[in-house]
Amino acid sequence: MAERILMKGNEAIAEAAIRAGCRHYFGYPITPQTEIAAYMAKKMPKIGGVFLQAESEIASINMVYGASAAGLRVMTSSSSPGISLKAEGLSYIAGSDIPALVVNVQRGGPGLGGIQPSQSDYFQATKGGGHGDYRMIVLAPASVQEMASLTIKGFDLADKYSMTTMILADGTIGQMMEPITFEDAEPTVYEKPWALTGTECKRKHNVVNSLYLKPDELEKKNFERFEKYAEIEKNEAMWEEYMMEDAEICVVAFGITSRIAKNAVAEARKAGIKVGLIRPITLWPFPTEVLRAAADKVKAFISVELSMGQMIEDVKLATESKKPVTLCNRAGGMIPTPDEVLSAIQKAEKGEF
Amino acid sequence: MKKAETIAMEHKRLTLFAGHYGSGKTNIAVNYAVRLAEEGKKVCIADLDIVNPYFRTKDSEKELSAHGIDLISSRYANTNVDLPAIPAESYRLVQDRSIFGVVDIGGDDRGAYALGRFADAIKAEGDYRMAFVINRHRPLTSTVEDTLEIMKEIETACGIQFTCIVNNSNIGFETTRETVLDSVAYAEAVSLATGLPIWLHTVEQSISGELSELPILPLTLQKKYFDLPQ
Repeated sequence: MAERILMKGNEAIAEAAIRAGCRHYFGYPITPQTEIAAYMAKKMPKIGGVFLQAESEIASINMVYGASAAGLRVMTSSSSPGISLKAEGLSYIAGSDIPALVVNVQRGGPGLGGIQPSQSDYFQATKGGGHGDYRMIVLAPASVQEMASLTIKGFDLADKYSMTTMILADGTIGQMMEPITFEDAEPTVYEKPWALTGTECKRKHNVVNSLYLKPDELEKKNFERFEKYAEIEKNEAMWEEYMMEDAEICVVAFGITSRIAKNAVAEARKAGIKVGLIRPITLWPFPTEVLRAAADKVKAFISVELSMGQMIEDVKLATESKKPVTLCNRAGGMIPTPDEVLSAIQKAEKGEF
Repeated sequence: MKKAETIAMEHKRLTLFAGHYGSGKTNIAVNYAVRLAEEGKKVCIADLDIVNPYFRTKDSEKELSAHGIDLISSRYANTNVDLPAIPAESYRLVQDRSIFGVVDIGGDDRGAYALGRFADAIKAEGDYRMAFVINRHRPLTSTVEDTLEIMKEIETACGIQFTCIVNNSNIGFETTRETVLDSVAYAEAVSLATGLPIWLHTVEQSISGELSELPILPLTLQKKYFDLPQ
């Protein structure tokens, strides 16, 4: 077995990106994701890569846009307020149909908010953030190991579908340390015939652009893009099920809250309550089918979130509101204890919604 | 379980813990402060970390206060204010010579700048130990060469030379007796390359009893809310 190393979640993202063949990082520091930039600053010069601290978040996302247009594996990372600044670039990248990996290690909001962990950028990540009709593939790691493995997968998905993958983490997973392993695998290389690599006067020049002067062409582009999105919704949803076999109550939680929820589920099971957990790993595409199937078996859902209730809307949509969906939440950087989740489970067990 | 009696320690008035971020400085500083207090010393622990937003000395506030240990910590630690502040009370460390001071310095060279303010006074008094905390399972200190690079950056930033090494090589909850024994050669190589003695090996208390052949400081670690069910 490969060696176990002890890493912070943020470092794991950076190291995984390097192992995935990313040699270009453009960013701007912000707590609680600064270790990604710090790690890149130390490592990239030693391996012939580029670490560049841009003058702003807006500059850094546009550097990603440019480097990606040139066919390179490229990334940026930030935390909530910084992602808002990158929103324009995210929309342009989507409109140009080119790949990028963007990391959001979320903190409390809105506005400058605070530096403690949060999941309140769920809407921003899964429903847009920038303008126009577009999607990003959104991956939600729940461990330091997943910070690494989903980063590598994120690059592959971005290249495969030529679009942005966002790693939606939170401050705690970014800062916490766990032992992890990297598999010795060569990065997958995707053909990018559209890339701006120089024609050498041997082919027609490529254009990477999001501007369409004719509305019918722009409409056609949008329809084509959404055919691709439908394909992704069909093929790429990922989730984990925990103690769901005979569950009568289903807790839904992603990222850091899924760990707290797991402890609560384990406690509730000791008390004889039949409860399980569905953890979405992809937030877009949302694991709709597994939740729809669960809605026929369980009597209630509990959405556990570090927000005022964002994912809960997707849970209601996925389950077609067949069963009650309650919210167990904290916000602003506060974190629920396993006991708070446990009491939400006990309430649901008693039919109190 | 065999407890802390592995070594009789000779203490300096000031003990400073520095190293790569994530090397374990905060846990070691808290446990060492408790050890001093258990020996009847008047102890003050200072969190001079100006880098880390989470997982601070302040997390151990209750335990420290239960042992009668004074905690000097930025009023902004564990809050939403992202301000690298050094508390004014930190001057007690160098001015009040009746206390035993334990100092938790932030990670890497950036964190070590905070100590620079006190470097002259610490060196003038001359009763200190500056411990370099190392973990070979951390990616940027996995080789002796990389470890020395970090060490030199810290010394340059704070203006104090290390006087000893604390080997905290671990892989979190997966650490075993073998993890520690396997790391001894690395710690010795760092020691040889720097000329610094290995002061301590630190290890979580459930396995420290199996390592009586080494100078061990057993560590009590906090349970975290995000630890997974066993």
